[in-house]
Amino acid sequence: RFVGSLGTIVIKCKDLRIIQLDIPGMEECLNIASSIEALSTLDSVTLMYPFFYRPMFEVLEDGWSSFLLEQEFEHLSSVTNEWRLSCVNKDFSVCPSYPPVVIVPKSIDDEALRKVALFRYSGRFPVLSYYHKKNGMAMLRSSQPLTGTNGRRCKEDEKLINATLRSGRRGFVIDTRPLNVAQQARAKGGGFEQEVHYPQWRRIHKYIERFHIVQESFIKLVEACNDQSHNMDRWLSKLEASNWLTHIKELLTAACLAAQCIDREGASVLVHGSEGTDSTLQVTSLAQIILDPRCRTIRGFEALVVREWLQAGHPFQQRCAQSAYSNSKQKWEAPVFLLFLECVWQIHRQFPCSFEFNEHFLILLFEHAYASQFGTFLGNNESERAKLKLPQKTMSLWSWVNRPEELSRFQNPLYEANSLVIWPSVAPQSLQLWEGIFLRWNRPSRFLEEAEEERINIIKYNKELQAKVNVLRRQLAEMETDGEVQEEE
Amino acid sequence: PPSLFLLQVEQVKLLDRFSTSNKSLTGTLYLTATHLLFIDSSQRETWILHHHIAAVEKLPLTTSGCPLVIQCKNFRIVHFVVPRERDCHDIYNSLLQLSRTAKYEDLYAFSYNPKQNESEQVKGWQLIDLAEEYKRMGVPNDYWQLSDANRDYKICETYPRELYVPRTASKPIIVGSSKFRSKGRFPVLSYYHKNKEAAICRCSQPLSGFSARCLEDEHMLQAISKANPSNRYMYVMDTRPKLNAMANRAAGKGYENEDNYSNIRFQFVGIENIHVMRSSLQKLLEVSGTRGLSVNDFLSGLESSGWLRHIKAVLDAAVFLAKAIAVESASVLVHCSDGWDRTSQVCSLGALLLDSYYRTIKGFMVLIEKDWISFGHKFSDRCCQLDGDPKEISPVFTQFLECVWNLTEQFPRAFEYNEAFLLQIHEHVHSCQFGNFLGNCQKEREELKLKEKTYSLWPFLLAEQKKYQNPLYNPDFSPELTLLEPNTVSFNFKFWRNMYHQFDRSMHPRQSVFNLIMNTSEQNKQLEEDIKELEAKIKQRNGRSDVVLVKEQEQTAPPAPVALKSPPCFQKEQPPMPMNDAVRTIEGSNTADNRYSELVSEFSKAEPAVVSLEYGVARMTC
Repeated sequence: RFVGSLGTIVIKCKDLRIIQLDIPGMEECLNIASSIEALSTLDSVTLMYPFFYRPMFEVLEDGWSSFLLEQEFEHLSSVTNEWRLSCVNKDFSVCPSYPPVVIVPKSIDDEALRKVALFRYSGRFPVLSYYHKKNGMAMLRSSQPLTGTNGRRCKEDEKLINATLRSGRRGFVIDTRPLNVAQQARAKGGGFEQEVHYPQWRRIHKYIERFHIVQESFIKLVEACNDQSHNMDRWLSKLEASNWLTHIKELLTAACLAAQCIDREGASVLVHGSEGTDSTLQVTSLAQIILDPRCRTIRGFEALVVREWLQAGHPFQQRCAQSAYSNSKQKWEAPVFLLFLECVWQIHRQFPCSFEFNEHFLILLFEHAYASQFGTFLGNNESERAKLKLPQKTMSLWSWVNRPEELSRFQNPLYEANSLVIWPSVAPQSLQLWEGIFLRWNRPSRFLEEAEEERINIIKYNKELQAKVNVLRRQLAEMETDGEVQEEE
Repeated sequence: PPSLFLLQVEQVKLLDRFSTSNKSLTGTLYLTATHLLFIDSSQRETWILHHHIAAVEKLPLTTSGCPLVIQCKNFRIVHFVVPRERDCHDIYNSLLQLSRTAKYEDLYAFSYNPKQNESEQVKGWQLIDLAEEYKRMGVPNDYWQLSDANRDYKICETYPRELYVPRTASKPIIVGSSKFRSKGRFPVLSYYHKNKEAAICRCSQPLSGFSARCLEDEHMLQAISKANPSNRYMYVMDTRPKLNAMANRAAGKGYENEDNYSNIRFQFVGIENIHVMRSSLQKLLEVSGTRGLSVNDFLSGLESSGWLRHIKAVLDAAVFLAKAIAVESASVLVHCSDGWDRTSQVCSLGALLLDSYYRTIKGFMVLIEKDWISFGHKFSDRCCQLDGDPKEISPVFTQFLECVWNLTEQFPRAFEYNEAFLLQIHEHVHSCQFGNFLGNCQKEREELKLKEKTYSLWPFLLAEQKKYQNPLYNPDFSPELTLLEPNTVSFNFKFWRNMYHQFDRSMHPRQSVFNLIMNTSEQNKQLEEDIKELEAKIKQRNGRSDVVLVKEQEQTAPPAPVALKSPPCFQKEQPPMPMNDAVRTIEGSNTADNRYSELVSEFSKAEPAVVSLEYGVARMTC
């Protein structure tokens, strides 16, 4: 935009911030604009910042090897021996979007896995997502089965998922598509588990919106939040029309449902939609937040993101390319990961003492998923990351975050380990707009930040006082014993 | 003993309002002269004051019994199922009788006995002294004086006896002006801003009709503007929508004609009347009470109820008023129709924005006593204390509290009091347990001899003020008379869940940061005292020479396990609150339902309904 010789550049950032630069001189302005344009729309991944970023900090622990599935398996082996690590996908040939190693039932050999992979969309055969130590129930995830119109079946697939059931018990398949969509998928070679072939499994269709629907929702919500001139009615109707909180509610409900099947019904669960790379991962990872106290620690949450999102093949590069301000319609763009983070935030709001991390940690992950100096969220799956040699050529976000001085910024001072399953309320009255993301740049937050600081101070002061009381008390006790000894003497 | 109960019915079920699986508790329902009491099988008690009951409804008979729904003024809704229809009918009739009171003397306040002696009772009523408050504001002074015109309630029955007016407003001006104002409510001082020398004045609408004028009233306004040496211009804020004000002209009422008054700026601010507010709240409660509510139905219901729009309108008006005073040093005269609803809201909120005193616990009590009680907000009619005209009921005071709550959310460190304080006041405005809010005006209160026959709420709240303190409060947040400037962008207004779902535990966060901080802050005070006590003991034991040694040890000694050896003086010390227990405590809840783990299991048990519902779907689709 130009007014006289003064040019104005409006920069709309992926973290939803909008910056306006007034630049004197038309030519300079145009040059700057075109440079920004070019640099923000690079074609090749290898030209992106992570490949040039040189860290100014000492790496204490290489984040690229902080969360290996082998470690997770070791942990699992300490409680059960019903599972094994399979390297069937070590060269990414069985399933291009899976990591080289996966956890599967012990009784299923690699040959069977290869057959099952042919029966599942994109080769995403059922693998272990979560093992509920409390009752030995398992949560599996996969993509849709390729039953097609004539009801094709695969004995190995049936055997695989049945291997997770206790004798005489049944399991639940949570399909994240509505029934009619699942039925239509058969025409394209996809499908769902038919009861005749999976008699021990009950299928539940719990619809979760995806792709352009949630992206449009995201864009609408951001638009509504950016316009401060809205009167009350308009604001509320825009908030409603965005449907964002509806998606949040549906997603939380689906996750609670999966968690309930496992924890309350004592049943194993298989989750999938079509591809098994989006809504499936939202459900399995949120269910773990609800069920597993480990996932509510900083390290455990990082491991969850690595395991259930990065290694599980959520296509970050496609989904998190442009954020909410994209002009052109991006076919693959969708805030799937942001929806997951917001659901975690909603649960965090309801159980503010049960998480080791604070809201800033979730915001950090949102920012880095969209744009980062670290290589962690580049690429669409482990195969692509291996090809790009990311571990060798870029720095991991975890290498930076897990340094004590960074970590301290993300710690929740109210945290007290809570070993219970945490059931959030999904009533609309219990859900809130995530102001830390959507109103972050639209309102002064100084007073709220000061209040947060004061809360932290009160907690810190409490710890200091307690320590001091203990020291004094001990001294007094010692004095009393000394005194008694002296008196005896 | 059972003889105290008017009625006792066994095997009554209390249904969970929002559970989809008809989860219920079974227990015994009792009626006493003042309360309904339900004790469930695990001995948990639910007490409901008869005066809190807004409506009782019998629903059609079901197989499990006769359903009875009780709606309370504090937004509690309880749903009983009584096994036998006759019992249900008895309860229904008794409740109708007990919850409808025909005369003031039958209200709870007249029988409530907190075991205070007479002098305590008198002292309690003296706790809030409005003469003292006007002195604090800086009146009387060169421009403002106390008028004795209404000493015997002769000029205006609904005003207090003591009124402050401009020195230049003589008695004939006052009398003349009062005759030109609806219900005789002539312009008087509500708040005086020392630093700006500007005043908030309040009155009712002028009886101007289409063309009538009154010289005394014009003089009165001139006197107000002249009483402000810093700005001769004054604002007249008509808090009604313009259309309503114009319609009033046909009835011989209306608004000030700018041509007849010198130096005034006239402004409408468009707050809706009591009837619109009543039905707005009605709609809001209908929406929020829906079972299995979807997000979009909730948001569109919130929008169509208009409730948040009204809250914003009230707060916007208060901001306008406060800015006129703080920025332009202009005095403002506020009125609506009768000057006791919207006028009370805007004047009190304006003063709250201007003066940090009203953001303290004591100051807030003073504010309510001044702008609401003394100036004749019709608490009795608006809160339906006596069986009366349902069209007089309106949540005007609730809106005021909600505006304050919104401010506390925006400025978490500016208020000495917390949300629990606002909720507790709301509770007692409707409870009729204390005398403060009984009746419609001061004259009526004097006639009822409330100060002799009932107790004041304020000393009771002060006695338990620990519960109402905001642990984040920073007294230096805003120096005495700096303006609090809230941002009234629409997205800053939120649905007040803790008010409208106060008793619906399943909707609240399972762990409360607020409670945790409250407890920690309370514990810090105790620890500080313990440290002092310990240090004194050590000093006493060792004599001065050992103090150095103590300090040395303090740095080197590792923290010892708590209570290595517990001297008698620490036995009174409370163990630190386990964090998991920090579930929000709600008025009326007992310790039993504060157990976090129990809540979790309770919640989990309630939910399989979702699963079984889904099974149904699953079965059909498989």
